Amino acid sequence: MKQKPIVHRKDLHWWEQFYIPQIINGMRITLSQVFRPKFTRQYPEEKWNPPSSFRGRPVLVEQNGVERCVACGLCSRVCPALAIDVQASETELLKERYPVRFEINMLRCIFCGFCEEVCPEEAIVMSKEFELVFRHQEDAIFGKEKLLLPADKLKDRLEFLRKNR
Amino acid sequence: MELLISIVKIVVVMGVMLGIVAYIVLLERRLSAAIQNRIGPNRVGWQGLLQPIADVIKLVFKEDIVPYKANRFIHDLAPIISLAVALTTFAVVPFGDKINLFGYDIKLQIADVNVGILYILALTSLGVYGLTLSGWSSNSKYALLGGVRSSAQMISYELSMGLAVLGVVMIAGSLKLDAIVEAQAGWKWNIFLQPIGFITFVTTAFAETNRLPFDLPEAEPELVAGYHTEYSGLKFGAYYLSEYANMFVSSAIITTLYLGGWQMPFVHSFGFSDFWISIIQVLGFLAKVIIIVSFFIIIRWTIPRFRYDQLMNLGWKFMLPISILNLLLTGAAVLWGIL
Repeated sequence: MKQKPIVHRKDLHWWEQFYIPQIINGMRITLSQVFRPKFTRQYPEEKWNPPSSFRGRPVLVEQNGVERCVACGLCSRVCPALAIDVQASETELLKERYPVRFEINMLRCIFCGFCEEVCPEEAIVMSKEFELVFRHQEDAIFGKEKLLLPADKLKDRLEFLRKNR
Repeated sequence: MELLISIVKIVVVMGVMLGIVAYIVLLERRLSAAIQNRIGPNRVGWQGLLQPIADVIKLVFKEDIVPYKANRFIHDLAPIISLAVALTTFAVVPFGDKINLFGYDIKLQIADVNVGILYILALTSLGVYGLTLSGWSSNSKYALLGGVRSSAQMISYELSMGLAVLGVVMIAGSLKLDAIVEAQAGWKWNIFLQPIGFITFVTTAFAETNRLPFDLPEAEPELVAGYHTEYSGLKFGAYYLSEYANMFVSSAIITTLYLGGWQMPFVHSFGFSDFWISIIQVLGFLAKVIIIVSFFIIIRWTIPRFRYDQLMNLGWKFMLPISILNLLLTGAAVLWGIL
């Protein structure tokens, strides 16, 4: 293999070739960084508030004390990771159908947001929650009691969805 | 009694030195973080002051892995050589004047060797065995390359280092470190008398301690971790410690040779008692060392790593002639009585 010739810079003054003033200048720049504001977020104390476009864990929207969901099963159909399990039943309310059982396996969920996209009732949306820790695999299967969240807590996301429809 | 004093001195100096070295690690992490606009470790204890202890506990409980077909004996021996050399070099460095404790005049230096500088040069040269043997015994290509690089680097920088030190020796007229410190009384520090020698010595000290910009033996992007790629647990800890101990010791040597050692000009004019003057001198010595260590750390984030041929060029074609020139100038100055 032919080696490329080393190019020596000819335009440097002999004083510049000592590099010592340059090194001192460089050190001045390095040291001046110490006094600039830090970027680190002190995480557990200082939490991040994600923007409304953030896809956190999926939740069921609760309105007037009941879920909006009509148990059509579209989210379960579209889910690429097969994480959602819905079982429908009938109810006296205006919407006539409701899910008896609605489970999302959070170990399978890939946070793609397809369920939210396909939902005709705007009943399942992605929240801003990103802290998901489990001790057992069983704990990772979220039932209705964990998934339900009042609509006024999800205002940001619902507005975002309407704007980008 | 002499023996007892020596033993107490060794134990105290070792303990204090290991503590300082542990906190140099923290200093490096915090200062590096600050330079990169981060905060750095601040969780363990107040502002991360217990972080070194947590690090050591972690390293002790890690598994000790020896690679397949590695030479077990030498693999174990190499970190011990590295650490022992790094720690014993400090023995001849005077870190203070005589101090009067319990009626005894105690000299603040573990061993007052007649040929102190030769001792330092000899021991720092031995340090290369630790790196080269670790590279050879690990049965790993990265470690071997790191070891080979370290030996070549040491040979090319030891010469300029020795020649730079000779200038100091000529001015002081003695190889004793004590005499060299005394020759720098007042503001007659060698950094002002020997600026070229100072720059040469500091550069070679960077190469000797394998710090950036000369950390070719452990260049992360090329050699994973260089000579200590195959080390884990306490043996890796020994290498880590020896790197920082080396940094501390070479800073102490730079301070002794060029920055007036424990000499603090004007300290006598404030009218403290002799005991407190000694204490202030020791603290002044430590402060100078810490400043040099910070300089090492800032340089790490300022200058990029040299390529191997650049390193060799700098060592043989630039540093060696310039240190010989410095020697000639110093010789002429001493001969005509300017210095």
